Amino acid sequence: MYEKDGESYFVVDAHQHFWDASPDNWVKGQEQYAKGWIECFHAYMGLGPPETHWPIEKFMKYSEEDYVHDVFEEGHIDAGVLQSTYLKEWYTDGFNTVERNAKMVEKYPDKLIANGRFDPREGEAGLKQLEEDAKRYKLKGVKVYTAEWYKGSRGWKLSDPEAQIFLDKCKELGIRNVHAHKGPTIWPLDKDGFDVKDIDVAATSNPELNFIVEHVGLPRIEDFCFMATQEPNVYAGLAVVIGGLMHARPRFFAKVMGELLFWVGEDKMLFGSDYGIWEPKWQVEGFIDWTMPDTEEYSDYPHPTTDSKKKIMGLNAAKLYDIEVPAELQLQNGGTPAAKDDAQLVESA
Amino acid sequence: MVKERVIDALAEVYDPELDEPITRLGFVSSCEVSDDGDVEVVLRLPTPQCAPNFAFLMAADARRVVGRLPEVREVTVTLEDHYTGAEINAAIGRGDGFTGAFPGECVDDDLAALRELFLRKALVARESRLCESLLANGATSEEIAAYRLEDLPNDVPDAQRCVELRRHLGLPDHPQAPAFVLPDGRPLAPADIERWLRTARLVRMSLEVNGGICRSLLQVRHGVAIDDPEEVLR
Repeated sequence: MYEKDGESYFVVDAHQHFWDASPDNWVKGQEQYAKGWIECFHAYMGLGPPETHWPIEKFMKYSEEDYVHDVFEEGHIDAGVLQSTYLKEWYTDGFNTVERNAKMVEKYPDKLIANGRFDPREGEAGLKQLEEDAKRYKLKGVKVYTAEWYKGSRGWKLSDPEAQIFLDKCKELGIRNVHAHKGPTIWPLDKDGFDVKDIDVAATSNPELNFIVEHVGLPRIEDFCFMATQEPNVYAGLAVVIGGLMHARPRFFAKVMGELLFWVGEDKMLFGSDYGIWEPKWQVEGFIDWTMPDTEEYSDYPHPTTDSKKKIMGLNAAKLYDIEVPAELQLQNGGTPAAKDDAQLVESA
Repeated sequence: MVKERVIDALAEVYDPELDEPITRLGFVSSCEVSDDGDVEVVLRLPTPQCAPNFAFLMAADARRVVGRLPEVREVTVTLEDHYTGAEINAAIGRGDGFTGAFPGECVDDDLAALRELFLRKALVARESRLCESLLANGATSEEIAAYRLEDLPNDVPDAQRCVELRRHLGLPDHPQAPAFVLPDGRPLAPADIERWLRTARLVRMSLEVNGGICRSLLQVRHGVAIDDPEEVLR
């Protein structure tokens, strides 16, 4: 819980990591990719305040003590969703697997949720694995990274017929939340890898599932907004937006927030720190303090209220993940984040 | 002297996603010209993971514009510190298209469809900046719809670039053509301007934010600090 100016916020970090990108975990012969990946993430850390930067050695593999300190003790996080990204072509034991995440959940069961993952290119074996993971770790969500390299393929789409088989399996297994993370490559390579149209197709075909688009589709935030405004089950994951822009590019941050509030709305935006890329403390504190600039340039944009921030910082994600929120941390005016049905009412109006 | 002309030529190469010259973005990490007129250009993008298709377009365009200079003999363009640098560099060196770099992984050899998609986004973004600036100076919707290309101030980079983009897209670019058109070339009607601007400025914001992130990353990784992109935010 975070308190500021007499208001209390229940904070859910819907996108965080506990990875191992240390050289011991690099696949032999693929070192340039494993090293390049983590160095790129480390550069993103450089967009946060200087006093929060880590040396690359710590960044490659931070400890459980670091995690507990940065996230729970200092970071104001009440509940966190640990996402899984495998990248096993580059990292021997995976970058951050559901097994690794689940070990953290075992230690902090009241605060953490582990999300699984799937990759439709793995076929029958992948389906079986998803089923096992869902049962073993009681999965409520998965993260999918469409730009992962796998046996000569450099990506896939959520609109692929094979992906639908996995989405059907998710529904059967009680997995409701699909965190979609687009990347720079896709099949075929001449198409725009960051294009979010495939999420649109999947969201329309699977109204029972929620699609949380990580880093709001950046660098295709415009396509994401046009889609999210039409799809009641598409949500904006704010990882990178707050971490990458709020400190480094405050005017861009205000514009992005303004557009998201206008097109997507405060009921469908979820805070995610993207830890360990950025520590949550400065993001939570900075976002609660942030206000839309009061000048002509920003006058068209919705100006978020304290209640808007309460939803974005935790209540929206708590709803998606059935996380219990103490009564005193709910919205005091009796309002709750809008459910999918409400959005559908507006859509059909 | 030749080097200056080479750099000028490289300024004609645009990052297709950001619609900004690669020279302004700091993507040209070195450019050497030998006494015999052999040119070696090295490109460096913000991250090694930058999309291979856009990386290829920039490298291929760089080779093409430098190779056109009469005083230049051989041109070598090398993309450094990139995940698919080896494939791209080899293909560019052979003069191959995109399918030569990634056989079996793509169909569109000259990436024409991808390029066109982003030219259209760029046109929308540039037009929205021009339109907002005219509205801020008191223009009405009717006046904006009546604007012709020749009415735009010709010392504004956005106006010049709009004409270039229209030429690349095969849209009317003669001086009497309407200044504000939809991505398919239809003139913008006065009644549509407000709605159009709402979406157009989102496209513009997206391009500008991406440019900002690219610059921030280059600055963090290589200490390259150039042209604050926020200057375009009005």
